[in-house]
Amino acid sequence: MLFESSVLINISFHPHLEKDFFIIMANLNVKKGIVKEVGFCMFKIVKKRVLADVSKLMEVEAPLVARKAQPGQFIILRVDDNGERIPLTIADSDKEKGTITIIFQEVGKTTMQLGALEEGDYLSDFVGPLGQAMELPTTGRIIAVGGGVGIAPVYPKVKAFHEAGMEVISIIGARTADLLILEDEMRAVSKELHVCTDDGTKGHHGFVSDILQKFLDDKSQKIDEIIAVGPLPMMRAVSNQTKPYGVKTMVSLNPIMVDGTGMCGCCRVTVGGQTKFTCVDGPVFDAHEVDFVELTRRGQMYLQEEKVAVDKYEHECRSGGGR
Amino acid sequence: MLDKDQIKQLRRMKEKHPMPEQAPQDRVKNYNEVPFGYDADTAIKEATRCLQCKEAKCVEGCPVEVDIPGFIGLIAEGKFDEGIKKLKEKNNLPAVCGRVCPQESQCEAFCIRGKKGEPVAIGRLERFLADYELAKGVETPPKPPSTGKRVAIVGAGPAGLTAAGDLARMGHEVVLFEAFHATGGVLRYGIPEFRLPKEKVLQREVDYIASLGVDIKTNVVVGKTITIDELFDEEGFQAVFIGTGAGLPMFLNIPGENLNGVFSANEFLTRANLMKAYLFPDYDTPIKLGKKVAVVGAGNVAMDSARTSLRLGAEEVHIVYRRSDKEMPARAEEIEHAKEEGVVFNLLTNPVKIIGDENGWVKGMECIRMELGEPDDSGRARPVPIKGSEFIFDVDTIVIAIGQSPNPLIPQTTSDLEISRWGTIEADEEGATSRKGVYAGGDIVTGAATVILAMGAGKVAARAMDNYLKTL
Repeated sequence: MLFESSVLINISFHPHLEKDFFIIMANLNVKKGIVKEVGFCMFKIVKKRVLADVSKLMEVEAPLVARKAQPGQFIILRVDDNGERIPLTIADSDKEKGTITIIFQEVGKTTMQLGALEEGDYLSDFVGPLGQAMELPTTGRIIAVGGGVGIAPVYPKVKAFHEAGMEVISIIGARTADLLILEDEMRAVSKELHVCTDDGTKGHHGFVSDILQKFLDDKSQKIDEIIAVGPLPMMRAVSNQTKPYGVKTMVSLNPIMVDGTGMCGCCRVTVGGQTKFTCVDGPVFDAHEVDFVELTRRGQMYLQEEKVAVDKYEHECRSGGGR
Repeated sequence: MLDKDQIKQLRRMKEKHPMPEQAPQDRVKNYNEVPFGYDADTAIKEATRCLQCKEAKCVEGCPVEVDIPGFIGLIAEGKFDEGIKKLKEKNNLPAVCGRVCPQESQCEAFCIRGKKGEPVAIGRLERFLADYELAKGVETPPKPPSTGKRVAIVGAGPAGLTAAGDLARMGHEVVLFEAFHATGGVLRYGIPEFRLPKEKVLQREVDYIASLGVDIKTNVVVGKTITIDELFDEEGFQAVFIGTGAGLPMFLNIPGENLNGVFSANEFLTRANLMKAYLFPDYDTPIKLGKKVAVVGAGNVAMDSARTSLRLGAEEVHIVYRRSDKEMPARAEEIEHAKEEGVVFNLLTNPVKIIGDENGWVKGMECIRMELGEPDDSGRARPVPIKGSEFIFDVDTIVIAIGQSPNPLIPQTTSDLEISRWGTIEADEEGATSRKGVYAGGDIVTGAATVILAMGAGKVAARAMDNYLKTL
């Protein structure tokens, strides 16, 4: 039974308690055998890997989420009690170990703070799996395109295809070789893997779209579906590129969110002329229907505040106040 | 103690004892609670106004059946400890109710003193007792013997907290699931700090519910993390109560609604309240607010949004409402407070289009003047647009507060649950749904309503669930 009662669990929800204190509490409880599911009160980072420069991978203990996670879904986490709720795609999950893998790039205060945590540290909140699982075609020829940290959300989808016995051609790219992530993992689940870097430090010197174009032009082999995940400009470019060819193209969006359960509408996006909530209707949508201009604009709503938060965090780090 | 003359005088007193509060010019600059509450002296005096009716009508107006003359009589005698016990026999969240209940349309509407003058200030007295107990330390009632039955409650809002507390007091093992990282539901994300202090009041009452033996699990989205089917089949729960509320924001469906600077009230208030955006950057979640804010709608949520905007530093805040002042659904007190604080009311005005600048930020809202026509289905006069009366309202932030519909997560993922065409869960007057052992109450059944109605539904369902569990 997953939901054994424990009054002690409630202690960890009290916002005033210092994190270190309830880590101790959680550890004590585990030893006493009172807390059956540590994942409930605290979410332990069991593995951390620096993938490239500011891209990091973490495996987090969250057995309930792991039990349900499917490709395409995401989680929302908070680092600490003053933290914001940020959505991150589930990059991998392990039901047996009860863990979820997340991959993120340190681009703002929260991801910087997250990246400063180490194995054995705890996150205060971790909820999911959220969003719709991606519909997986069972036959046909698929091309997966991943750009930058967007390779992370592409990976579980390609892995799912691979496990279903389908062959996927993958194209991954980054600005420079040091920023390329999950190359080996992608290779292991792809029939072909094409690598490109903007600066030519690895693989094809140029963009993912260059490689994709070759496949689009190759009339001898039909492409049934393209999955593209990466920075918004990349997804927009791929969408524009494939549209004239009429090839179904799916993208996974990552707009600003608050609750992640359809409650606030912050993540709304226009798809096919209709307003959709990315958190409950997505995050995977038909690229040709997505209003990328609006999406890009909405993503920039808090640029100023993000800078304020980062400056404050960096200042605190320098003066020894933050982590 | 009061002497006979004083008592006689108080019994003749036509008005409620006023409750001191922060002056409008001060309170718009802070998030502290607006009213201060009665002191013991005033509470005793106000309680003495109660005529102690044998067949007290006020009780009929209370969805959670509080023995109102009972607790007020104890206040009048200065027996506060006994008073709070009496109150808590029926109400697990008195400090919350004393603050957010619309008493004027519930208990106080039935008070006989209200026929000539003002009714007894039941809400203020409830708040007084609850605050008295919070100040001296909350007592946990003795644990009843365990029934060995397991109950799951979905949603830690007013309905869920009430049902959970009652079921625990009946001896059942209760697990309460909450999707957010914090409990309280609308009490946490919706109602602002200045109306319901979170740590000082809400958290204390939630702690009390937990102390009754309710096991609270946050970060569990029932319907996603686990389904109701699984709660029965895999987790061994014998009954489930669904109190997931009306969590889906409604939009106007007019052009420009996705421009930067347009919020649903849910987003706006969640950022401000749950995520404490008013303390940014000490708290990480920001909120983007311009100088001139228009809040569309005139319910309590709209008033909360407008008053929050003022406190976040907006220079001008407008309520935009398509009907007249008589139809405004907000509590009189909330409207009064908003007006005192400088919120401007633009009535018989309906938005038709939101206008953006070259960067996609709101720079105005096209509105049309309305007039009242024949009554519509709701019985309220139907607002009709006046042709050619369109004008541009110069605003840079818009909050849409026109209502919420039920969150579809659970209806979509639960088998054998009958759903109405509005997306609410079908339940009888006891909260029983079409599925055996599944009960529901609050906004998920009624559509968006009040905290106390949700609490009432939680209470009634808890009783029905107890009866059901006895048959197992």
